[in-house]
Amino acid sequence: MRSLFFVLTALAVMGLAFWAYRENYRTQAKIAEIEALQSEIGHLRESLGVLKAEWAYLNRPDRLRELAEINFERLQLLPLTAAQFGTPAQVPYPLPGLPPVTDPVETFGALPQPALAGPDTDEALP
Amino acid sequence: MTRTPLRPLARILDAREKGENPDAIERENLRVRHEALRDKARLRAEGRLLFMGLVFFSAFTVIGARMGLLAATEPVEPRTATAGAPIVAARADIVDREGRILATNLVTHSLYAQPQIMVDPLHSARELARIFPDLDAAQLEKDFTGSRKFLWIKKKISPEQMQAVHDIGDPGLLFGPREMRIYPNGALAAHVLGGASFGREGVHSAEVIGTAGVEATFDKWLRDPANGGQPLQLSLDLGIQATIEEVLDGGMKLMNAKGASAVLMDAHTGEIVAMASLPDFDPNTRPAPAVKGDPSDSPLFNRAVQGVYELGSTFKIFAVAQAIELGLVSPDTMIETQSPMIWGKHRIRDFHNYGARLSVTDIILKSSNIGTARIALLIGAERQKSFLGALGLLEPTPIEMVEAPTGRPIVPARWPDITTMTISYGHGLSASPLHLAAAYATVAAGGTRVTPTLLKQDQVPVGPRVISEQTSATVRALLRGVVTKGTASFGEVPGYAVGGKTGTADKPIPTGGGYYDDKVIATFASIFPAHDPKYVFILSLDEPSENSGSEPRRTAGWTAVPVGAEVIRRIAPMLGLRPEVEPATGHGITLVRN
Repeated sequence: MRSLFFVLTALAVMGLAFWAYRENYRTQAKIAEIEALQSEIGHLRESLGVLKAEWAYLNRPDRLRELAEINFERLQLLPLTAAQFGTPAQVPYPLPGLPPVTDPVETFGALPQPALAGPDTDEALP
Repeated sequence: MTRTPLRPLARILDAREKGENPDAIERENLRVRHEALRDKARLRAEGRLLFMGLVFFSAFTVIGARMGLLAATEPVEPRTATAGAPIVAARADIVDREGRILATNLVTHSLYAQPQIMVDPLHSARELARIFPDLDAAQLEKDFTGSRKFLWIKKKISPEQMQAVHDIGDPGLLFGPREMRIYPNGALAAHVLGGASFGREGVHSAEVIGTAGVEATFDKWLRDPANGGQPLQLSLDLGIQATIEEVLDGGMKLMNAKGASAVLMDAHTGEIVAMASLPDFDPNTRPAPAVKGDPSDSPLFNRAVQGVYELGSTFKIFAVAQAIELGLVSPDTMIETQSPMIWGKHRIRDFHNYGARLSVTDIILKSSNIGTARIALLIGAERQKSFLGALGLLEPTPIEMVEAPTGRPIVPARWPDITTMTISYGHGLSASPLHLAAAYATVAAGGTRVTPTLLKQDQVPVGPRVISEQTSATVRALLRGVVTKGTASFGEVPGYAVGGKTGTADKPIPTGGGYYDDKVIATFASIFPAHDPKYVFILSLDEPSENSGSEPRRTAGWTAVPVGAEVIRRIAPMLGLRPEVEPATGHGITLVRN
């Protein structure tokens, strides 16, 4: 009985040691992964900053003004003026739509038939 | 434990035989037992004390060792932390009121050399001088072959330059990462932003510190990692600022002025929507401050905040507003304006002779110095001084820029009657255009004190009341009259009901002894729309002269006002102001009070 107890204890210790060893390595692997992710985030943030700075640089008012002047023939952009503000009164009412057809009237008529001609007419048909 | 009996029978019997008192034996044994007990208790207590002492000693040792370790190690970014507030080490961005970037960071590299590990110093020196034309090859050769172990070559280099230096292939040329501050909009709002430079520098990083403007004022905030990368939001609007600078630059050249400044302020909240001062500079390559000559000629000089000038007739509205508020005059009161007015040994003149008497309205419309001086005499020095103080014209503006305290108004030491009179028409007291903007917002937009600010505000507490709402309405009507019928007739912008006041002040000769004849500061202080002011706009030209006529015209009505009107015509639609038909005056219901 006692020897069984010793054997079981030894097995438990070995099992725990194996578990601790594995957990340790898994933790270290995760830490390495997180560090890689953090540094990737850092690099992405850096390049985001560069992109933002480039966006701001390309959209700076001086450049946009120059572009508008260069492309005036195509875009015809002019500074905003007070005359460009509209009022609701300037918006036309929509045209009244056609009333629904409730009482259809059928019409008959005879279309003028073209006089039957020679075979060249048939050839012209597709 | 075996207990020794207190009365051992053998000794008791023995003692009885000898006729001794057996109780003595018991007492003796009791004493011995107590002593033994006491010794044991002491030993145990001493052991406990020792144990506690050891525990405390080790605890303090651990804490001390840990503190020493923390103090001695290099700070490391917490790389494994996944949760919690993000800590961003970069200097925070500065954005305008719409979130557009005004200042941000870019990672570049610095270049340094360690000559003792260089392979071919002479070749490296020549190649470096070829890549960077501003470096001197001979000086570099001397540095590389001398006894120096470390030297900085360039603080910021571009990726192309870095590659070129890398291609030299010398192991003694090394790069360190550098975060640099860039201002993508160039010179736009340069005076507000200021600039940044490097503080303490190491190989791996360098401090970026603000040198002027909001960069310096909010330096601590911008560098605080606890903000988590949140940008600093200013009240400026990039588009408006660009338009104002463009029109102001054109106007300055057209009017042959040597400098110009403009301030656009929200009339109710005091937010500065745009602030420009020309000539300006590029904060990316901030020039060194001028060491000689007049500092106000340097492009670094912010005329809108630091430039304290006698702002001339724009001050007249303050005297009139106060007199109306005190009930001394009404807009229709007739005031004597016989020119010249002689006061002691001083003579006060008007630009033209306006006859014997003018109404208060006409004094403002025609900008009569004499009329305003007489109104100021009614008010008196003491009340005038406290009123100007309530408008904030006697102390520096509280705006969030390090330059603000240098814009201290020049206030006369004594305040005799003649000073009261000259100050009423804007001579003898110098203030900055920003002061004027805040004071105009105060008197014209409801009568409560408006404090200028550069930060976007969500809610602004209403300031203390300076003049009543009725007086403010009268002031607005007077300012509107100046544009429709008075000296600022070029200031009319259809749809926006501009109201304003012109001011033309002779520039004082800096060496003392009076004023220049041909150098003026022309100012146009305006509000729009005048019936319900949304914005206050101040435009000031330094030494303008309009030369289209037979003789140069320098008054503000011919110089500052047309430029100001053009600015308002351009920016008012951008500000989202819809052109309105002005409510008619003089008809309809009059506001009365019992």
